[in-house]
Amino acid sequence: MKIHLPSTVIRRFAVVIAGSLLLGAALAGCSSGSAPGSAGTDVDAALKAGGTITYWSWTPQAKAQVAAFEKKYPKVTVKLVNAGTGNDEYTKLQNAVKAGSGGPDVAQVEYFAIPQFALAKSLLDLKPYGFDSLESDFTASTWSHVAMDGAIYGLPQDSGPMALFYNKKVFDQYGLDVPATWDAYIADAKKLHAADPTKYIAADTGDAGFTTSMIWQAGGTPFTTTGSKVSVNLQDAGSKKWADTWSQLVENKLLSTTPGWSDEWYKGLGNGSIATLITGAWMPGVLESSVKDASGDWRVAPMPTYDGTAATAENGGGGQVVLKQSKNPALAAGFLRWLNADKDSVKLFLASGGFPSTTADIDSDAFKAQTPAYFGGQKINEVLSAAAGDVVKGWTYLPYQVYGNSIYGDTVGQSYSSSSDLNPGLRSWQKQLVSYGNDQGFSVSG
Amino acid sequence: MTATSARLARAPQRRSAARMGSLRGFAFVLPFLIVFAIAFLAPIGYALYLSLFREQIIGGNAFVGIGNYLQVLQDGKFWASFLRVVIFMLIQVPIMLGLALVAALAIDSARLHASGFFRIVIFLPYAVPGVVAVLMWGFLYGQNFGLAADINNLLGSRVIQPFSPQWILTSIGNINTWEFLGYNMLIFYSALRVIPVDLYEAAELDGAGAFRTIRSIKVPALRGALVIATIFSIIGSFQLFNEPNILKTLAPNVITTFFTPNMYAYNLSFAAQQYNYSATVAIVMGVITGIIAYVVQLRGNRSETR
Repeated sequence: MKIHLPSTVIRRFAVVIAGSLLLGAALAGCSSGSAPGSAGTDVDAALKAGGTITYWSWTPQAKAQVAAFEKKYPKVTVKLVNAGTGNDEYTKLQNAVKAGSGGPDVAQVEYFAIPQFALAKSLLDLKPYGFDSLESDFTASTWSHVAMDGAIYGLPQDSGPMALFYNKKVFDQYGLDVPATWDAYIADAKKLHAADPTKYIAADTGDAGFTTSMIWQAGGTPFTTTGSKVSVNLQDAGSKKWADTWSQLVENKLLSTTPGWSDEWYKGLGNGSIATLITGAWMPGVLESSVKDASGDWRVAPMPTYDGTAATAENGGGGQVVLKQSKNPALAAGFLRWLNADKDSVKLFLASGGFPSTTADIDSDAFKAQTPAYFGGQKINEVLSAAAGDVVKGWTYLPYQVYGNSIYGDTVGQSYSSSSDLNPGLRSWQKQLVSYGNDQGFSVSG
Repeated sequence: MTATSARLARAPQRRSAARMGSLRGFAFVLPFLIVFAIAFLAPIGYALYLSLFREQIIGGNAFVGIGNYLQVLQDGKFWASFLRVVIFMLIQVPIMLGLALVAALAIDSARLHASGFFRIVIFLPYAVPGVVAVLMWGFLYGQNFGLAADINNLLGSRVIQPFSPQWILTSIGNINTWEFLGYNMLIFYSALRVIPVDLYEAAELDGAGAFRTIRSIKVPALRGALVIATIFSIIGSFQLFNEPNILKTLAPNVITTFFTPNMYAYNLSFAAQQYNYSATVAIVMGVITGIIAYVVQLRGNRSETR
């Protein structure tokens, strides 16, 4: 901290100076906003003319994709920067936006964070560049994350329709049935933990992304935003339905308290002490690369539901956006269009375990027919593709979800840590979300 | 009369010479002053400036005077974090300094074989980068596969839970003690080395034993070093950040975003984008730390002169 403070403060100083300069420039240039030409023509022209753009991404595929792009469009240079994963990148992006410069032209942003940047008017609307014609290429649920308020703020890259990943070896050993409903899931949890107290049905110490996805699946819509009016209700029917169900696991200590993504967590996934994972369709790549011990043990099944009717939600996943401060927006849009809508690029993305957001790939027979050895030759993409079609509609995130997720441990996490009912935790989360939103100038009810 | 006027006449001359000298001196310290102003004064000034405004996602920036300060004074999260580091300090600092004192006396006693070896080994953790040290302890603390788990298995119970709410301050205190024991020992040891050997000889002639020597010569001579080490440790406790911030990934619910004042300020600015409020928290905490360090120094000096 001692070392960080001065540089941060200096940066902030620069931010304010640059910010006020930008404001002046924006006021002066109010009337001269250039209208791009029709349906992607100037995108093609920009790709032909060439230039240099910067792309921030932490995806493992970015390097190969950039190389392929530069080969196809030799006049364009793409500077690839890994500015950190998730929140680390958003912090830098936020600073660049405030400074009015220093940001990338194209940046990777997860779906839950897009509204925050869109609302702050940091993102370029891609509709004038003909991106509305791409809608049919993507699944409806991923498209809904990039298209809002009549604008298109990015293109989806991957998606995370949720499914149940389970360790078949453990299930066979303890005679557990693959659960189709949450009641059956809880029954399995009890049976497994009773048979071997070192084994748990799942590890969950409280995770904001998981909670919001679970509420999503239960049909809850706790966050609604219209302009600057926000409503937060983490006690709506869907939220309560999830909390009442999941609390049974928390209160009876049927969940492993190993934090997700820790070293112990990977070990637990490998040795069978964590028997299931309820997560997004991007998980197979992670299991294959980081939990090598359990090769052949894991299988995929549809996510359990409340009443047996197929329903799922998205977990994780994201796309790329073009920043408003980009000096060459047409070229940046051209790169983005190629990155997520071009077959060659998507192929590179899929080759290293990404789960697509493009309908052509999700529905393709070749994709569904894959039989990865890690999953004992199961055609897992059949299950995952089907899940993509069962995502419950109508979900939206908060316009300040990045902050919201950061205080999850302070609130709902407290219910987890005391093994008690999750509803009071959700209420306390709601209370803090409302008060923060109002502090930030939104008009928040809840 | 003449003497007075002569003196009067000489005075301005002397003053201008002094001013010349001071100007020349000023040129010598100018490079330092520039760096000092950029690296210390400007950030503090800017933080003060920031603390008088409030910037919102919607609605922009507005001058709020001392509004942020009033808010900090009523902020339950801030005071919870403050109380936590005070408790931490009251327990961890005496333990660490006590152990450091014992280690320094032992190495200085000349009764220890290979004292140079012990000196280096006790000091070594201080040379380990803080982040690395915390990561390492994080592995040891692992409740399912770490050393903690091994001990629990050995005892056949789950007594040791380093990441539980009851244990977490102890776990962090242990890391801090391990890290800074050697550093404080070195401060004490160097203070012991400057005690004139004559004093020991005189004490021996007077028939003082080892413990009497410690009580009457060594500890009094250490008072200044003790005050310094205490002040450093208090400041260190109030600035607690690295350890809890890194352990947060392993104990996400126990270590909240406002676990320590520094973590609170950090999260306010990087997660909540409340830079203004964050600056206010940092300033309030800086003032409190300054006051407490000053009081400790005053008290330490007073008992020294007594």
